[in-house]
Amino acid sequence: MADIEINGKVIKARDGAMVIEAADEAGITIPRFCYHEKLSVAASCRMCLVEVEKAPKPLPACATPVTDGMKVWTNSPKALAAQKNVMEFLLINHPLDCPICDQGGECDLQDIAVGYGSDVSRFSEIKRVVRSKDIGPLIATDFTRCIHCTRCVRFGQEIAGVKELGATGRGEHMEIGTYVEKSVGSELSGNIIDLCPVGALTSKPFRFTARPWELGDILSVSPHDCVGSNLVLQTRRNRVMRVVPQANEAINETWISDRDRFSYVGLNSKERLDKPMIKVEDEWREVGWETALERVVKGIRDLINGHGAEQFGTLMSPSSTLEEMYLLQKLTRGLGSANIDHRLRQSDFSDQELLPPFPWLGQEIKQLEKLNAALLVGSNVRKEQPIIAHRLRKAAVSGASVMFVNPVDYSFNFPVAEKLIGNPDRMVRVLAGIAKALLDITGDVAPEGLQVLLENVSVGDTELVVAERLKAAENSTVLLGTLALQSPQLSSLRALSALIAKLSGARFGQLPEGANSSGGWLAGAVPHRGPAGEEAAVAGVNASVMFEHPLRGYLLMGVEPELDTLSPATSVKILEQASFVVLMTPFVSEQMKRYADVILPVSPFSETSGTFVNIEGRWQSFSGAVVPLGESRPAWKVLRVLGNLFDLQGFDYTSSEQVRDELKASCEQIEPSSRVTWRCPTSLDADSTGLQRIGEVPIYAADALVRRSEPLQNTQDAMAAAVYVNESVATGLGLADGDVAQVRQGGDSIWLPVVIDERVADGCVIVPAALAETAGLGAIYGSVDISKN
Amino acid sequence: MKALGRFFKSLFLLELLQGLRLTGRYLLDRKVTIIYPEEKTPQSPRFRGLHAQRRYPGGEERCIACKLCEAICPAMAITIEAEPRQDGSRRTSRYDIDLSKCIFCGFCEESCPVDAIVETRVFEYFGEKRSDLVKSKKDLLEVGAQHEAQIAADRAQDAPYR
Repeated sequence: MADIEINGKVIKARDGAMVIEAADEAGITIPRFCYHEKLSVAASCRMCLVEVEKAPKPLPACATPVTDGMKVWTNSPKALAAQKNVMEFLLINHPLDCPICDQGGECDLQDIAVGYGSDVSRFSEIKRVVRSKDIGPLIATDFTRCIHCTRCVRFGQEIAGVKELGATGRGEHMEIGTYVEKSVGSELSGNIIDLCPVGALTSKPFRFTARPWELGDILSVSPHDCVGSNLVLQTRRNRVMRVVPQANEAINETWISDRDRFSYVGLNSKERLDKPMIKVEDEWREVGWETALERVVKGIRDLINGHGAEQFGTLMSPSSTLEEMYLLQKLTRGLGSANIDHRLRQSDFSDQELLPPFPWLGQEIKQLEKLNAALLVGSNVRKEQPIIAHRLRKAAVSGASVMFVNPVDYSFNFPVAEKLIGNPDRMVRVLAGIAKALLDITGDVAPEGLQVLLENVSVGDTELVVAERLKAAENSTVLLGTLALQSPQLSSLRALSALIAKLSGARFGQLPEGANSSGGWLAGAVPHRGPAGEEAAVAGVNASVMFEHPLRGYLLMGVEPELDTLSPATSVKILEQASFVVLMTPFVSEQMKRYADVILPVSPFSETSGTFVNIEGRWQSFSGAVVPLGESRPAWKVLRVLGNLFDLQGFDYTSSEQVRDELKASCEQIEPSSRVTWRCPTSLDADSTGLQRIGEVPIYAADALVRRSEPLQNTQDAMAAAVYVNESVATGLGLADGDVAQVRQGGDSIWLPVVIDERVADGCVIVPAALAETAGLGAIYGSVDISKN
Repeated sequence: MKALGRFFKSLFLLELLQGLRLTGRYLLDRKVTIIYPEEKTPQSPRFRGLHAQRRYPGGEERCIACKLCEAICPAMAITIEAEPRQDGSRRTSRYDIDLSKCIFCGFCEESCPVDAIVETRVFEYFGEKRSDLVKSKKDLLEVGAQHEAQIAADRAQDAPYR
């Protein structure tokens, strides 16, 4: 620690800290543009000039390390004169178009010019003009306003890990732009809007629609991934106008993904339902809540009385709030059925009895950046949980080996130490190879039954390296990604991953889809366990069985079965045959009207209070930002009233907090754990034949809200519906890039364009799931036939 | 003695005559009242009456949707919605002034960076319904078009003091 004196105040500063950091900690304001605590020091704006004792000239506070006994003045006449002169230089070329600039009102330059600038301009020459560039559907540019702080450039290099923006030219001719004419494609790109101290980079969907002083801030939590990024919903006149990050060092630091930032556009989609609807003789009618709920009660009662409660099942989106999940399972179990699930795209449930109370990351999110080695199995973490990828990137950049076992050679924004890319069926064998290598290294005895299976497993060089690195690392983890969690070999993958973690001394964790998968398990939204992980008295059937063996009645909450289920084509067929289907959904589509009998409009996350439990097991509650649209109501209220209408006990809640507290009280004993009880896989090979489909869920198709966000759908990351195959597979099938091919899976077939994509391993194809164009197909994993005609 | 003085004053109606003298003086003096609406009082170029939205001589509307008038308005009489226009420029899609809220303080005019919203000399307007007093962008632009010559002359006259 160094003792320094700023403006006469004695401060203890960390050795090697910059003066600006010490001043910030002591609450002394130094104006700055280019300095940002999360980015490297550029010292290019010179706004933070301060006077330092014995220094002949003012020094930039952001690039001057503290030394013991240093005396600094941030507001001495010399410092102020320096700051004022810098401001004058900055304003030489900055246009005075604040009234039409979206940054107006929240602009660093505007604020600092008021505090430190002059009142008149002495500059009468012509100002510089820079042509604005189109860098995609999310970010609007006005580079005439740029003051060359290079925060956006440094963000690309240091945080996003993709060098997309850069500065060309020097001095007055310096321009920020993409090196080649293209749009910015990073999944974290929206953060440069917040970073830009002036109006050079602004939000395109928000453009010109509101002023910062009109907006009310309401804290919320991201409903799109298991990270639980903290958000601020900025509202005006009962409408969410924009979303910005809320800093939380433990979770998202100061960043959020573009998905969290721009999904709000979908909240005001034309497909929002604002009145309850019931189907009367094949005609849809808008009715009041009373009529609609009576119809629900009558429909479900008739069904249960006629065919038994086991013919009724409920499914919910893994991004439903904890309260909604808890109440829906309470309602379902109260009615005598245990058919309840939130794991909509999971296909292998055979190890569900062996699992800990809820899926856990195995560590805190912030611990990820301290890792020395990580093995991710079946994960496109960069697009699935961008904030987790950012933490892993930090680890990788500081030397950690991040390794992947994937069916597709995804590109990552950090150095990947080792990768094992192969057909999804081969992933189990690869993991067995790593486990075998580890057993050889450690000399441990293989767990029950594995020895036999491992006999004909060969350990490749890469497997050995992965094993060695995991074992050698002091701080390591094995993470099971979303692709693995959806795989038909999930139980084998999970057992072997957990074994690898155990053998190598790594922490085992999972990265499930949806914002509240962990909450789903805690709330009891699984057929075999009740709330707080208690064994259910009667086990029901899981999501996949509900769509294999048709039930007579379904209640779906926040689910779009044609896109969100494991096998959309089958799901829709089965729902069409069911005698009574209730949908609780914020959005309505024409397809839903074909199979539903009652559609109840419920609120998306912005209009309801609730709680998400993130992958660390952190309970984060939020309140509604705006009043529900039209007649729509928060789902927890609807479920509470349904509970009363069914005369069920214990549904007299008056607030969502009561629901949460009831569940929280029973969850107090639960310790997060990632202990998976060992059960030996029966075989290391899948019995599948032919070409394997990988039903990847594109980042911007993850849930109903994101799919309705138009700007996100216009980005590069919004994957087009197509057949992605590598060159050799395509040649074998007689296909070329741009052909239109028929994809057959089971009895279903659709036509899709062919895209040659070398990332895809041999023996498999990517046919993305969760897209309207591919909704006609079956399971997201499985054998497919592809032919030109 | 005092009582006697009072008696004579009231007997000869002296106080009444005093009053009548004042009346008589004003009777012959120049009139200050006017016969409205045939006659009107003179107005200052700074008169703050009905609002108008102006256009540039080329026909382009001046307003750039900066929303400063909306922010400054102490009566919250102004409501603005903005969006990018087809050509990418920042424009209002809605600009309402509720005249039943407006207190005619002139802050909107003062805050406007482009002299788009102005208060004209027009004070003779009415509404049969409350809603008639909510002036939309179209109404305001019409007022502006009608009185542009006067508005421009007034601004020019006041320019040295602004």
